[in-house]
Amino acid sequence: MNKLLELNDVHIAYENTEVVKGVTYDLQAGEIGCLLGPSGCGKTTLLRAIAGFEPIRAGSIDLKQSTVSRPGKILAPEQRHIGMVFQDFALFPHLNVADNIGFGIADRPGKERRKRIESLLRLVELPDAGSLFPHQLSGGQQQRIALARALAPEPSLLLMDEPFSSMDVDLRESLAREVREILKREGTTALLVTHDQHEAFAMADRIAVMQTGLIQQWDTAFNLYHTPANRFVAGFIGQGALLPVVRDNRGRLISELGPIPVVGTEVSKTGNMEILLRPDDVVRQPDGVTTQVIGKAFRGADILYRLRLQSGTEILYITHGRDNFPLGETLSVGLDLDHTVLFPVAESV
Amino acid sequence: MEVATHRTSDRTALHRPGFWQAGVLLSALVLALPVFTVFSFIFVPAGEVWSHLAETVLADYLSNSALLVLGVAFGVLLLGIPTAWVIAVYDFPGRRFFEWSLLLPLAIPAYIIAYTYTGLLDFAGPLQTGLRDSFGLEGGDYYFPEVRSLGGAVIMLSLVLYPYVFMMARSSFLGQSSSTLEAGRALGAGPLRIFLSIALPLARPAIVTGLSLALMETLADYGTVQYFGISTFTTGIFRTWFGLNDSAAAAQLAALLMSFVFILILMEHYSRRRQRFFQTGGRHHHPLHHPLRGWQRYAAFAICVTPLAFGFLIPAGQLLVWSLSIAEEAIDLSFLQLAGNSLLLASAAAIFTLILALFLGYGQRLHPSKPVAIAVRFSAMGYAIPGTVIAVGVMLPFAWFDNTLDEWMRGTFDLSTGLLLSGTVFALLFSYAVRFLAVSLQSVESGLSKITPNMDDAARSLGLAPGKVLRRIHLPMMRGALLTAMLLVFVDVLKELPATLILRPFNFNTLAVRAYELASDERLADSSIAALSIVVVGIVPVILLSRAIRKSGDTHE
Amino acid sequence: MRKRSLSINLLLAILIAAASLSSTAFAAKEVNLYSARKEALIKPLLDRFSAQTGIQVNLVTGKADALLKRLQLEGRNSPADLLITTDAGRLYRAKSAGVTQSVSSLKLRDTIPAAYRDPEGHWFGLSLRARPIIYVKGKVSADELSTYEALADPKWAKKICIRSSGNIYNQSLVASMLSHDGKDETQVWADSLMKNLARKPKGGDRDQIKAAAGQCDIAIANTYYLGKMVKGKDPSQQAAAEKVAIFWPNQSDRGAHVNISGVTLTRAAKNRANAIRLMEFLVTPESQSWYAEANYEYPVREGVEWSDLLKQWGSFKADQLNLAKLGQNNAAAVRIMDRAGWK
Repeated sequence: MNKLLELNDVHIAYENTEVVKGVTYDLQAGEIGCLLGPSGCGKTTLLRAIAGFEPIRAGSIDLKQSTVSRPGKILAPEQRHIGMVFQDFALFPHLNVADNIGFGIADRPGKERRKRIESLLRLVELPDAGSLFPHQLSGGQQQRIALARALAPEPSLLLMDEPFSSMDVDLRESLAREVREILKREGTTALLVTHDQHEAFAMADRIAVMQTGLIQQWDTAFNLYHTPANRFVAGFIGQGALLPVVRDNRGRLISELGPIPVVGTEVSKTGNMEILLRPDDVVRQPDGVTTQVIGKAFRGADILYRLRLQSGTEILYITHGRDNFPLGETLSVGLDLDHTVLFPVAESV
Repeated sequence: MEVATHRTSDRTALHRPGFWQAGVLLSALVLALPVFTVFSFIFVPAGEVWSHLAETVLADYLSNSALLVLGVAFGVLLLGIPTAWVIAVYDFPGRRFFEWSLLLPLAIPAYIIAYTYTGLLDFAGPLQTGLRDSFGLEGGDYYFPEVRSLGGAVIMLSLVLYPYVFMMARSSFLGQSSSTLEAGRALGAGPLRIFLSIALPLARPAIVTGLSLALMETLADYGTVQYFGISTFTTGIFRTWFGLNDSAAAAQLAALLMSFVFILILMEHYSRRRQRFFQTGGRHHHPLHHPLRGWQRYAAFAICVTPLAFGFLIPAGQLLVWSLSIAEEAIDLSFLQLAGNSLLLASAAAIFTLILALFLGYGQRLHPSKPVAIAVRFSAMGYAIPGTVIAVGVMLPFAWFDNTLDEWMRGTFDLSTGLLLSGTVFALLFSYAVRFLAVSLQSVESGLSKITPNMDDAARSLGLAPGKVLRRIHLPMMRGALLTAMLLVFVDVLKELPATLILRPFNFNTLAVRAYELASDERLADSSIAALSIVVVGIVPVILLSRAIRKSGDTHE
Repeated sequence: MRKRSLSINLLLAILIAAASLSSTAFAAKEVNLYSARKEALIKPLLDRFSAQTGIQVNLVTGKADALLKRLQLEGRNSPADLLITTDAGRLYRAKSAGVTQSVSSLKLRDTIPAAYRDPEGHWFGLSLRARPIIYVKGKVSADELSTYEALADPKWAKKICIRSSGNIYNQSLVASMLSHDGKDETQVWADSLMKNLARKPKGGDRDQIKAAAGQCDIAIANTYYLGKMVKGKDPSQQAAAEKVAIFWPNQSDRGAHVNISGVTLTRAAKNRANAIRLMEFLVTPESQSWYAEANYEYPVREGVEWSDLLKQWGSFKADQLNLAKLGQNNAAAVRIMDRAGWK
């Protein structure tokens, strides 16, 4: 195993509030990881701790098999050989693009430095921008320069703090894919922090979903979507609905939409449960259950419908853009599951 | 960045370009009148005085003034920047105290600190006497640096003027995006390199602003250099005017001095233009203030305590000792009268100057044009001109107006109006405005630059009338800047001497006048109570000023 | 009659009101004074005058040149009735500027010796300020000293302290030498004197006396500064003053250099009678002895008893040169000092 970054039960607190409550996590060399979560979940704090800007209260952070942070000891950020891309890019406004990129490699001989700057400018596809100043660049261009600057010293790890949050949506995903290509080409290990799942999906190999200071699940994008570990992940990633499920006296699971085939997951034997239904788990069936269309969102290639069952429970259904039903229309639907995600119903609710 | 050319459709007078242009141009010209008056003497033939000056003393004036300016520039940067940096970025014992107390030397007039240190350090002073007594030395047996020298003047002026640099640099450091600095660290730069290659260049425009204020005041200083026996431009002006009795040549010297000042002003203006690009839009501001440990804490403490001790504690302490020695006989009711006059004058001047600065600042912002810009620059030149020269520049046109009007009234109605403006408190306030407009304008302009034209537009689109935009958007956003402008002028007027001395009405004295009269009569101890009162009255606004800066630093976007 | 606009009418009304206001001010029983003497050194006398006569004295103090400039610019509307200066040069300059007028008061003329008033009655001396040589007892003996001129002797190399040439007292001293010795001789004297300085000129007269406690053997200073040091409360200054003694120079020829503080009636004076009353009051024996008591100056009036300290310093022969000469020669004196490199 070639672990580049290892977090071991990391706790971080401001004053008396614990923001990160015991995170264990690692990144392989060359891997692109992601910390995904809503604001306030502790992901940015964790990233800053990895960079060396925040001390940790318990646990340890190892970089290339050597401990860089533990309680009471912290290696200064400038000694970690880590690259960082900031949310606001944090380009130095008084330096031109070339000098910005060259900032971290000031100790290299002039010729080598110039070559490195040139090749990075080509890498981010702004070969002629060297003499421009940051304020003369568009947001997307500034982003790429910030990336080039962070990559210049060939850091062993690149940290990115919400790097695309100030881009418009169109640009966001394409830039994220572009950045991923650049990182893979350079073979850079990177860790991204974001609240946007599309950004995470587009960039990362593996994603850690965080909430309230803890990692809830750590997996590939596909698995997070299809087999979320808990209700939070299920709700945070993708869209879906929860449908109550009861066990009949023969031990079968029955929902309002009919019996549930148990596929892929072990099912707990006791208590009431709910099944996670993704929009693509629902199909039209002539002999299915009658539902009513109560909402729809036209999305071009497809349409996402909100359907109400007789019990009042709402589920989601997605179909291609030509199947245009008016609100109030009755649809007959059934289930098409290739795996089953069940959560026990919380007692108190 | 483009300046907003308002494409609004309203037709209120306030938004008509003509109103602003004419108004601003007119006020700027009136304020520049004293400067123009002095400049007009360029065309008066000064005869052969110039060849006498050139042969004998001119080189001295030039080189001493240049050395003084260079030395003070070095001194105020050395004292102002490191203090501002450690206070903005680190946490160490006493940081909160130093935040405001480092501004205190502003409250001490330069000539007072010069008198005080001379009293302490000269041959017959306690320090040298003590040295001689304890080591059994005689005069001439040992080396002791002479306070009353060019170097001494540089130190004295640096000690009381560094707060300008400190103040500007600190608020600039506080406003810097923390992620910009962190980006530098992530790229492998240590604290020193971060400071030198990121924070310092980013703060440069602000530092240049502070520096130019300090240097303008240095060029205008008369009390210190005169007492120390250093021939500078300022002392040269008076010598030529009074000693050689040649007011034309004196005015020409003053005009030459003003040209240097104009260069300073251009420099400052240029650096502010660049500043617009430099505004770093830091979105997350973590409370920086990294705690320091071990010896670093003591180092930071020492960096801050040094200017405070030499610029304030020691001189104020000496003044206090002197005051106590004569307290019982020297304090009487007339002192309250003096303090009242000083307070009233300083407050009125601060408000008056602020209103003018706001008017000029807004005029420039709303309807920028070359002539307006030039006129405004000219009107701000008074800061570097010795108060006496300003005073004469004020008296000349005012007296001309009074006497011309009087002549006409006598001719037409057989009535004499006498002197309507000359010798009034208004003339005094006007000359303060001329002298200190630069300080006020500088704060107002930097406050205005934080408000982007989009904010105006946003507020207007939300249904706010222009007046309300001013009250609900600009006023809260500029609060810090406006307070700074007022308080700086307040403290400056409190200390101001030469113009007050010449222009004040009958039976009207201030603390500065009292302190000066006694000190110039070489009665240092007797003058100490008045001097100390200036310091005490000045401390309150200095503390307020510091709080205002902290607040505006916290809300800096 | 042409129609005037409302605003012009309004303005005129205000002006007329202002005019009547200022003319009522003239009627008051008062006198307005511009004084280059510091408030502390004139106000007690003025208060005494007001108490005796019921005439209120309004005072602005300031530097003589600035006050003179103000007087000039204000012209015939100037509120000032009197100008007091602390040297004759400025009085001469005020007269040349045409802002003074002649006073033919017998009281003044008979009291004040001719040398200390303007021949045409434009200004009058009020007190005498002598500028003798001050030497350190023990280091210099009085036998070695004779005249101002003799201070140029190389034997005094690095021994003399004197303040800067920007100061009017030095300018007057050189102006007086210019009258007696001529331009060339005075230039040579100034050049040589510079070589004899123990240190660069700096500080005031009091500083020269203080420096005499160690840095130099001889200082040139006005006597009243020494008086204030002797009578002051600062023990270190008292100690410094103890070490020195006064030498009256040029006693065998023209006498020691003196200057005056003096008064002139302005041309614009509106309270002429009151102003002359004040002038006369200032030379009454009572006022004259006050100068000596309060500020250790010499009375300009003969026969007024000196204070103990002045008696202790001894009587002396004063230069009888008419002080108008000091004013005439002032600019030339400054040039000599400039050329000599007298800072």
